[in-house]
Amino acid sequence: MSLLDGLQSLGHGTLSMLARMGRAGLFLGRLMPSLDMSLRRPGLVVRELYASGVLSFVIVAVSGLFVGMVLGLQGYITLSKFNAVNSLGVVVALSLVRELGPVLTALLFAGRAGSALTAEIGLMKSTEQLSAMEMMAVDPFRRIIGPRFLAAFIAVPLLTLIFDAVGVFGGYLVGVAMLGVDNGLFWSAMHGAVSFRADVLSGLLKSVVFGFVGAWIAVFNGYDAVPNASGVSRATTRTVVNASLAVLGLDFLLTAWLFS
Amino acid sequence: MNSRTVEIMVGLFVVAALAAALALALKVSNLTGLEGGSGYKVYAYFNDIGGLKVGAPVTAAGVTVGRVIAIDYDPKNYEAKVTLLIRSKYNDFPVDTSASIYTAGLLGEQYIALSPGASMQNLKNGDQIRYTQSALVLEQIIGKFLTNFASKP
Repeated sequence: MSLLDGLQSLGHGTLSMLARMGRAGLFLGRLMPSLDMSLRRPGLVVRELYASGVLSFVIVAVSGLFVGMVLGLQGYITLSKFNAVNSLGVVVALSLVRELGPVLTALLFAGRAGSALTAEIGLMKSTEQLSAMEMMAVDPFRRIIGPRFLAAFIAVPLLTLIFDAVGVFGGYLVGVAMLGVDNGLFWSAMHGAVSFRADVLSGLLKSVVFGFVGAWIAVFNGYDAVPNASGVSRATTRTVVNASLAVLGLDFLLTAWLFS
Repeated sequence: MNSRTVEIMVGLFVVAALAAALALALKVSNLTGLEGGSGYKVYAYFNDIGGLKVGAPVTAAGVTVGRVIAIDYDPKNYEAKVTLLIRSKYNDFPVDTSASIYTAGLLGEQYIALSPGASMQNLKNGDQIRYTQSALVLEQIIGKFLTNFASKP
């Protein structure tokens, strides 16, 4: 009997997962046409950009600085074995711009801003604010969800650029100022090996994809939350877990496509 | 927090991101991809290009004057056809300029070095560099050395 129970719970889990993916697709289909209001009233997006972008600035900049410093330190230790410490700038810049910048920014964003988006929209749903808006003929997709989605989608690439630049500066601090790599060689080797189109823009393309998927997961989980306290808390957890897994999985696919 | 402060903070945020993009474009990476159109193309045939890759620098007297933009195999002559894009401000290479493939450092990346000839005519877009020197492949050199070594009495 317990085997049957196990099978049933497996089937139930699979079906509810499929149903949620279907709802997410329908949600996106309804969200896309309702973005026109965000374009006509950019003030709504600016306010959300403050909440999700500006307030994430500090955590992203500090993380970028420390990631760049650790890369500089680890790169120096390894490269000094091969007598190639002058390539430290290349190692730091390429790892940041191609992989660590987009991925870590998206993960931090999911934890810092994505969870807040989910909790906000979920709480609005559970306190029936969304229903009240519909009652007043205000479409919550246009007024609440659209601007939040668009702001998160814009914020992730901008934060990634900041992460990259601050990270390179962190690598410079450790490599040149602390460990004594030659300043000119650090920058010129980096300048020669990093291509704007193939590396920086590809990394930026990754972050655009991550921004879209992360924003979509965050607002969908909020809208799809079971309207009570534990439902909102589970939706928030699901946003962080799903967004992190989606970012890491998509990163592999995008790397295979862009850099192979 | 009033709306003006919010908007100013968002403006600062966007400016910071654009400054980061500018730093990444100018300081960290080379923008050669965007200035790729300005220059003239010349061709060179090599017996063996070794490990030369698209994007490798073309130098004259050690100064980078262009890049390799295409590498193709010519099945008629059994040779490699390398297309070089040389920046238009370096437009006075004589037609008898020779191109050699060298290696930066012992195991570094390979690049093409141009050494100008003495002709009065200059290379134009679409011309071919006739005097070329192929890459030195380490295995071939060791092979020759061993053959010489073994054939000595």
